[in-house]
Order: sequence, then C-alpha cells, then structure tokens
Amino acid sequence: MKFSLSWLQSVLDTKADARLIAEKLTSLGLEIEGVEDASAALTKFRIARVLTAEKHPQADKLQVLSVDLGDGTPLQVVCGAPNARAGLVGVLGLPGGVVPANGMELRKSAIRGVESNGMMCSTRELCLGEDHDGIIELPEDAPIGTSFADYIGSDPVFDVAITPNRPDCMGVYGIARDLAAAGLGVLKPIPAAPAPASFPCPVEVRTDDPEGCPAFYGRVIRGVKNGPSPKWLQDFLKSAGQRPISALVDITNYVMLGYGRPAHAYDLAKLTGPVVARKAREGESCLALNGKEYALQPFMTVIADDSGVHDIAGIMGGEHSGCTDETTDVLLEVAYFTPAAIARTGQSLALASDARGRFERGVDPAFLDTGMDLLTSLILEICGGEASEVVRAGEPPLARKTVAYDPELAGNLGGIDVGNGEQKRILTALGFDVAEDWTVTVPTWRPDVDGAPDLVEEVIRVHGLDAVPSTPLPRADGVAKPTATPAQMLERRVRRAAAARGLHEAVTWSFLPEAQAAHFADGETLWSLANPISEDLKVMRPSLLPGLLSAAPRNLHRGATSVRLFEIGRCYLRGANGASDEKLSLAVVLAGDSTPRGWATGKAKPFDAFDAKAEALALLAEAGAPVDNLQVMGEAGAQFHPGQSATLRLGPKQVLARFGMLHPATAKAFDLDGPVAVVELFLDRIPVKKGAGAFARPHFAPPALQAVTRDFAFLVDAALPAGDLLRAVKGADKQAITAARLFDDFRGQGVPEGQKSLAIEVTLQPTEKSFDEAALKAIADKVVAAAAKQGAVLRG
Amino acid sequence: MENLDQQQSETLEAIAAAATPEAVEAIRVSALGKQGWVSALLKSLGGMTPDQRQSEGPKIHAARETMTAALAQRKTALESAVLEARLAAETVDLSLPAPELPRGSVHPVSQVMDELAEIFADMGFAVASGPEIEDDWHNFTALNMPETHPARAMHDTFYFPDKDAEGRSMLLRTHTSPVQIRSMLKGGAPLRIIAPGRVYRSDSDATHTPMFHQIEGLVIDKGIHLGHLKWTLETFLKAFFERDDITLRLRPSYFPFTEPSVEVDVGYTLINGKRVVGGSGDAADGGWMEVLGSGMVNRKVIEFGGLDPDEWQGFAFGTGVDRLAMLKYGMDDLRAFFDGDARWLGHYGFGALDVPTLSGGVGVRS
Repeated sequence: MKFSLSWLQSVLDTKADARLIAEKLTSLGLEIEGVEDASAALTKFRIARVLTAEKHPQADKLQVLSVDLGDGTPLQVVCGAPNARAGLVGVLGLPGGVVPANGMELRKSAIRGVESNGMMCSTRELCLGEDHDGIIELPEDAPIGTSFADYIGSDPVFDVAITPNRPDCMGVYGIARDLAAAGLGVLKPIPAAPAPASFPCPVEVRTDDPEGCPAFYGRVIRGVKNGPSPKWLQDFLKSAGQRPISALVDITNYVMLGYGRPAHAYDLAKLTGPVVARKAREGESCLALNGKEYALQPFMTVIADDSGVHDIAGIMGGEHSGCTDETTDVLLEVAYFTPAAIARTGQSLALASDARGRFERGVDPAFLDTGMDLLTSLILEICGGEASEVVRAGEPPLARKTVAYDPELAGNLGGIDVGNGEQKRILTALGFDVAEDWTVTVPTWRPDVDGAPDLVEEVIRVHGLDAVPSTPLPRADGVAKPTATPAQMLERRVRRAAAARGLHEAVTWSFLPEAQAAHFADGETLWSLANPISEDLKVMRPSLLPGLLSAAPRNLHRGATSVRLFEIGRCYLRGANGASDEKLSLAVVLAGDSTPRGWATGKAKPFDAFDAKAEALALLAEAGAPVDNLQVMGEAGAQFHPGQSATLRLGPKQVLARFGMLHPATAKAFDLDGPVAVVELFLDRIPVKKGAGAFARPHFAPPALQAVTRDFAFLVDAALPAGDLLRAVKGADKQAITAARLFDDFRGQGVPEGQKSLAIEVTLQPTEKSFDEAALKAIADKVVAAAAKQGAVLRG
Repeated sequence: MENLDQQQSETLEAIAAAATPEAVEAIRVSALGKQGWVSALLKSLGGMTPDQRQSEGPKIHAARETMTAALAQRKTALESAVLEARLAAETVDLSLPAPELPRGSVHPVSQVMDELAEIFADMGFAVASGPEIEDDWHNFTALNMPETHPARAMHDTFYFPDKDAEGRSMLLRTHTSPVQIRSMLKGGAPLRIIAPGRVYRSDSDATHTPMFHQIEGLVIDKGIHLGHLKWTLETFLKAFFERDDITLRLRPSYFPFTEPSVEVDVGYTLINGKRVVGGSGDAADGGWMEVLGSGMVNRKVIEFGGLDPDEWQGFAFGTGVDRLAMLKYGMDDLRAFFDGDARWLGHYGFGALDVPTLSGGVGVRS
C-alpha cells in the first residue's frame, strides 16, 4: 500500500515528519517497506531561463542555448528539444546530478564539438510524468536559480506492508487512525455529507444473492462530464502507483485507496433493465477490465442486467459497461460482498485485484452510505451532474462484536503493565467502545478482532512492543536434563561417523524427476505433486540414492576424481489411512577413484563393492546394530549389479541395509559411466536400545593366559559363500574360539576345478589353563567337523 | 716372556686392522679359542713351578683380558658401522606425500540444527518432529487458517492429488507449525519443544528455494507471556551468535496462529558489504533484518491442540535454519545448500568432531 505524505496529511492533522511517521508505522505493525522522496534526487537540478537559442553549427536538430541561473554568468548548454527557445523557463540538470529516469550522471561535455554544461530536462527524465515531447516549461515567474526540489516541494511516498488481518488499513484513513491513536496527530473527520437527491433512482437495483452480496446500494448521477481528474487527485493516485484514467474512474480509486472502500461506476447507457447481484449461471462469462475473458461458475456472485454479466462482483468490473470519456450518466455501485465468497471466486479465477484484496479481508460494512456520499460529492464537484436518491437493496452485517475484556490480561499475556486509563484511551482512539465493566465493543471496520487477546495486541502495539520487559523462562533446578531421544542420538551419531569416514554430507531435494523416482520405486505407489514447481521437482523420493546419484556426475563434471557423498533424510512412502510413511534412511554414493594414482600405490583404483560393504558395516556398527549377527544375503534390488550387491539382514526378513555396485543401466540413467558403489541404510529398522541403559558395563578382566592362533585351509565348492564357512568355523567351539578371520581365497594351481581354497586364522583363548596338545586337537577336530557341514575339506 | 708381549702386540694390531666382524672373530679364535695361543699359554701354567706360576700367571691373565676387551670393542665398532651403512642405504625422501585419508564433512544445516538443539536443551526444550507430507487440517485449519483464509493463498502450497482417510487434502507442509498441534495432542501440557525440519513453498530465486529448513519453537505452560517470548528469543540469539550485543526489534505483525503476533528483527552492522549480526539496526552503518516470526499461541490453536486455553497459554516462534546458517557462517546463495557440490561442502561443511557443546561454545570458528 503506497501513499504520499500529503495524502496522509489530508486526513491526519500532524506535524510529524516522514521519518517519525515511518518509524511509528513500523512499530504499530504497519511495516514500512520504503519511503521514497522523488524530490531528494533533484537537488542538482535548478530552475533556469533560456537567454538565447542558436542553431548548433554541426547538427540540424540541436541548439546551443545560453542559460541563466540568476548568478550573472550564463552557461552554455546543448539541447535537442523542439520547444527550447529564448525566454523559456525550465529545469537545468548540472554536472554531478543523476537523471532519475535512467541513472545517467551528468557531466560537462562536448556535443558535436560544442561545450555543454548540463542538460535541460523533460518531465519524464525527472520521473515526474510521461511527457517527453519537450523540455519542462515552468511559469514565467518561477524563481530562477532555485533548486527544483525546493520548487516542487518534498512529498515523500510511504510504502507500507499491510498484514491480511487489517483491511481497515487498506485505506489511508485507517492508517491515519492508527497513527492518531499512537499520538502522532489528530484524525480529521471524513468530509462526506449526504448529497442532495434530485430525482428517484431510475434503475431497479436488487440482490438475488443475499449470501454472496448481502447489501447492494445504488444511485444514478446524470449529466456528468468525464475527463481528466484534477491535479491533486492525479498526484494522490500517482503516489499510490496508480495511473490516472478519467475523473470517474479516478474518484472510485481514490475512495478505495483513501478509505478502503471499493466501488464501481457503470455507464448507465450501456445497461438495460434491473441491475442485480446474483449467482452466475452455467456457461456465463465476463470480459473483465483487464481485457481477459473469465468463465464463471454458479457459486460466483456477479452483477448483471437483462443483457448479461457486467461485473465479477467485488473483484473486477466488465469491459463493456465501464465509464469512458463519452459517459454522461453513471450508476454507482456500493455493495458489501461476503469475504469468504470473494476469496473463493478470486482463487478459483486466479484473478487478483485491489477490490478483491479488500473485500476478501472484509470491508467496513457500516461504510456503505458514507462511501456513497464521498463518491457522490466528489463526482458532483468534479464532473458536475445531479444525483438520484440512493436505492438500498439488502442489509450489510452491521452487528458489532463485543469482547469481555480484563485489563489485567495486558500483563498476563502481554507481559507489560499498561495502566487501565491508558488501555482505555488506546482502545477508544482505535474506535472501540469501552464500557464501565470493560465490555469492549469492536468497531465495524475491525473484522479481525474477536477476542481478548486481540485487544491485548491492540493495547501493546500502540503502547509499544519494545517496552515489554524480557522475562526469563522458569528454569528447572540444576544442570539441564538431556532431552534427545534415542532415535535422535542415533541419527546424530551416524552422521558424524559418516563424516569421520571421509564422506561429505549432502542435502538433496525431497522431490525428484518422475523417471528417477520411478527407478527406485520398488513397487511402491509414490507421492506425486499436483502442482510441482517444475517437472524435475515432482515426485517425492522413495530413496535417498537418486538425489546423490544426480549430485555425483555434477561433481565429476566439475573435475572431481573421487566422489564420496552421504545423506541422512526421509524417504516418502505410503502409510496408513492415506497418511505418509516417512522413513529415515542414510545413503552413500562412492564414484570415481577409491585411491588416486600415487607414487607408492601405483595406478588409481576404482571403488568396489567391498568399499560399500565397509561403509555399510561401519555405519551400522556406529548405529548400534548387532553387526556380528548380520547375514549377507542377496536381493539388493534391480538397481544393483546382480553379482556385486547384497543385503545385510537381521534374520532372514529384516533388511537393515543394501549395498554394492550400481547396475550399469542405473548408472547410465544418472549419467554416470564408471563403476559406482552405493549403500543404503534403513535407519528406522535398526533396533533402538530401549530405556536408559546403565552406565556400568558388564564385568571384564583381560585373560591372564595368552591366546594362540591356528590356521586352517579348506577346499570348498566355489559357490559357497565364504561368510557361511567363517560363521561355521567361528561357532565350532563358542568357549575357546574368540575370533576367526579369513585371510585367503585362492583358486588355481593345486585347487580342483569348481572349488576354492579358503584359509582361516582362528584365535583360541584359554581360560583356566593353557591348552595342551590334546585340547588343541579336540578344538581342531570340532573346527574341521563344523566346516565339513558346509562341504569343506581340510587341505592336507 | 718377551714372546708373550710380542704376540700380544701383534694380535692387538691385527684386531685394530680387522675390517669385518668375521675377521675379528677369526682373531678371537686364534688367540682365545680352544686351540688359541693364549689358551695354550694358560694350559702351560699347570706345568710350571709355583714360583714361575706366581710370576707368569698374572701376565697371561692380563694379556687375555686386554685382548678380550680389544676384541669386544672392535666388534662393536664394526657392527655399528655396518648398521650405519645399512641405515644410510635405507634413507627415504620424506618430502614425498604420505597416504591421505579423505576428509568428510557435516552439512551446515545439520550442524546448525545440532547447535540449536544444544542451546534449547539448556533451556529445557526437547526436539519434536512431524510428517512433511501433511494434511491441510494440521497445516492450516488447526492453525486457525480455515479454508477460505487469505493467508492460505500466501503460502504457495504444494498439493498432492491425494486425500487421507478423513478426506483431508494432502500437501507438503508449508511450515513446521503443524508440529505444534501434533505435540500438544500427543504430549499435552506443559510443553517446551523445538521442531526443526524441511518445509516447502512453491517459490524459487537466489534467496528462496522450493524446499528449505525451518525450526519451530513452542512453550505451553501457565502464566507464559510476551516477556518470556522476548527473553527466550534474545537468549537464544545471543547464544547462537555468541554475541552479547544482539539487539532485537519487535514489531507487531499478523499470523493466524498467534495473537498477539510479533515479528522479530535483529540489528546488524554492515562490515565490508556483509551483514554482521549485532548492534542496533538504527546505528549509522546498521540495519534491521527480519529473522523470526512469533507470538502468543492463539486460543483456537490451543483448543485444536486439545488443551484448555483458559488454563494454558504460551508462545511459539519460527525461523529459517538455512538463513541462520547463512547469517552465522557467511554463505550467500541458498541454492548451493542443496547442490551436493563437494567443493562447497568441504568449504562450508563442518568436521565430524565439531560437536556443539555449551562448554566449548556451540559455534565453530574458522
């Protein structure tokens, strides 16, 4: 909402300057977004008289002027304006000045070989209007030499952000009321007296839609002469960023912007029959003033006559029946439209307008007559003519809300002691009626106020929020108690573990291109936005991998040789009852070189599936998963290399993680051409340790006796997973065997075709006494027997 | 016995001349070995008269000891020379690079969320969360934004075509405020929570991305008022920026879910063209920057949360996590947060060990 200081001063008697007003507006909750002063940019522009004008020796269209600034030393200025002539009084921009319209800094220069000491300016160049046909012509008696800024006077323009709860401040008058309540002046009465009615209203005005349009007031003014509106009115509208159109249109805009009261003026000659507020009919449409045709729906309120729809009620008038310079008789419409209905229609048509903004927030229902009076008297004054009686169809909702208020609440809720007298003064100044018992009656222009906390807000914001003293929150005794849940601790721990392992944490979009999401859907029905911002950000991710797989090639294309990224975040699946099921997971993408080429290590080595396995196990261990009990199984998914991927399961069904090399088709889909190793951890499936565990750990004393190791080499079927043999060996004697480590996987010479040799180092820990030969043999026999169950034969 | 003296001096010369430990050993054998000449002299003592033995014995023993010592000394010297020679041959160029482990990092958003959790934990706040795919009841209606409320349109909401079992439209939450409702319904009162998380608005430019992070704060208790809100925000911002000169400017504003509503600006100072938080925004080189929306929880919202607004009241606030991160750590493009560029992550990310603590300061200084 923009308005000039002089507009404000027309309704508020105040001596405050623009700076003070701006500060006060912000502190009242009417946030200043800017204060512009067009004259501030004009201090280097002075009023000057052209003494002589000679033809430029080198250019037909230029003249060389001698210009007097009143100091006795005329300046030479080159000028191309057709109206430049001796005797003209205009505006000279001096070197150092900046032309407001284009930001050009003026300087002393030579134009076609002739020295020029400045520029005679046009209206448009100084951002004071559209005229660019010639330079500004001021009256003969304009004071030569004075600053043009002083001559036109300073009239700063305020740009105020109005919150949606304050329709009353969508008019300058409402803003003035707030300022007056805050002590910045005295609100002037509204200059509206009932205009003399000379004849009955010749048009039937009716509302057939009391729900959407409870009240529709109309009046005809005939014999008007439309044309440009007076300068004061044009200046006000320009300060609000509106282009003056014609007196009739400008007057309705002025009443809307000045008093928050939208109205519409129809050219009576273009109406036939009764003018009715009614619901739109199936198939009707309206060509609105913005030149666009809108298809209407039966829930929308319109203003129509016998010939059809003339107005999308409360939102935008129709092109057909608008006023033009030829208009002589007008029908004024001042109506009250139900806010919710206007909001629905406006949203549905995606049509924003100044009128809609006000009606949907709620205009003052008690202002219809005043608004009509304001409009009438301005039209009669500016356009002439005579007014009919006012026809009032329906009734606006005039009931005023009352609030049982307790002034103590200012302290209890607002945290500041504001005296009862001051509270009453503030509320009264804002238009509230305060009874002896503190029953507060809300003014009709404040639809936002309906409870005691709203009144606290009124009191506090006018009294000053900054005055509210800081009050410490009550604090529990002692050191702050831990508040993080086990799941939160798990997430934090795994995140830092991943970073410690050399992975960069990325945060990628929750939504993906449809194809990428589908690639990882694994049969789930995904969440797909109805109104995505782009097709690339459309489907909610079922996995974190696509986001990281998109980031990987970006990094490689930027010259990275090794990409190690991880992310912890949610995957979005379907839950019960139509809700979402958002699962926390962690993904790792390893692309490019695992080890760069090096003087000691030779050629670069790409990532392989064991790099992925190492990350998976390390992070699961940090997450507290029982990694020693996990089984390596297949079925990582179609996105993976079928022979180089696996799942890690706790029991056959509970998949805690999947890892491995990406399927080349997946890599290709993400624009990756080398081998890519990935990990996905399903953090939500990791059993969280229940309750608060004790700090004390199980008793442990390092064994006094030294552990011994024994090596075993077995021949097994080449297809046997080494992990199965290792597990069997480790479980052969749970008492004695504390570790089993596989250190060789050999195929080739000495090993029969179709078999492999697996070598395992077993660690044996004696407890009471050292192992003797017989004990060692007994254990070895158990190991061999356990291995045999896996089809393993001890190598001789 | 001149023979002994001569032999001894010859042997000592030989020892001194020996070039290898093996040569020293050969001399030892020839002198002190079983067949050596010193051993032979010692054996000859048995055939001597007591007087002869008296005079010759000590000489022979002295000669043996002298030579034993000389042998040992020479052997040690030769062995250390060999060792030195070997070590010299083993010299490596230590200006060559050592094996390097890759350095990882924690994303600034995660780091700042950890910092916030640490600060608010000290004030008794727990961390709560809620779904990002929300229904319009939790995201709007229960926050006092009924269907036709103009504020709904201001939110640039992403919708799904789906409805839940109760017929509510599914959408991406536009703020973390629905967690207020969920926390009240689940935890009752009194309540102190913060709720960080992803939120979504259909908006995109250098300072707006369609996905960003917010943190919500909620206190519900008896007798909570605006003064508590002000103190909490001041205390939090002072702790977060680790500056005592944090200055807040509270402005009345409007949010459907709070009443009164307060927008909070923080004063900054322009230093080398960058906004540095601290000081009054009214100072000559200063300005105010909007950082938080807040207010006293609207009675209707408390009711929607299943609590009695005559018994319980409180405040709520919300702010952008990414924005706080940018203000504190100096990034200037929000879009880079979500690009996964390892160069950016390496520069603006944090070390695994940079765990925020109250004793060490929650921030990480560069």
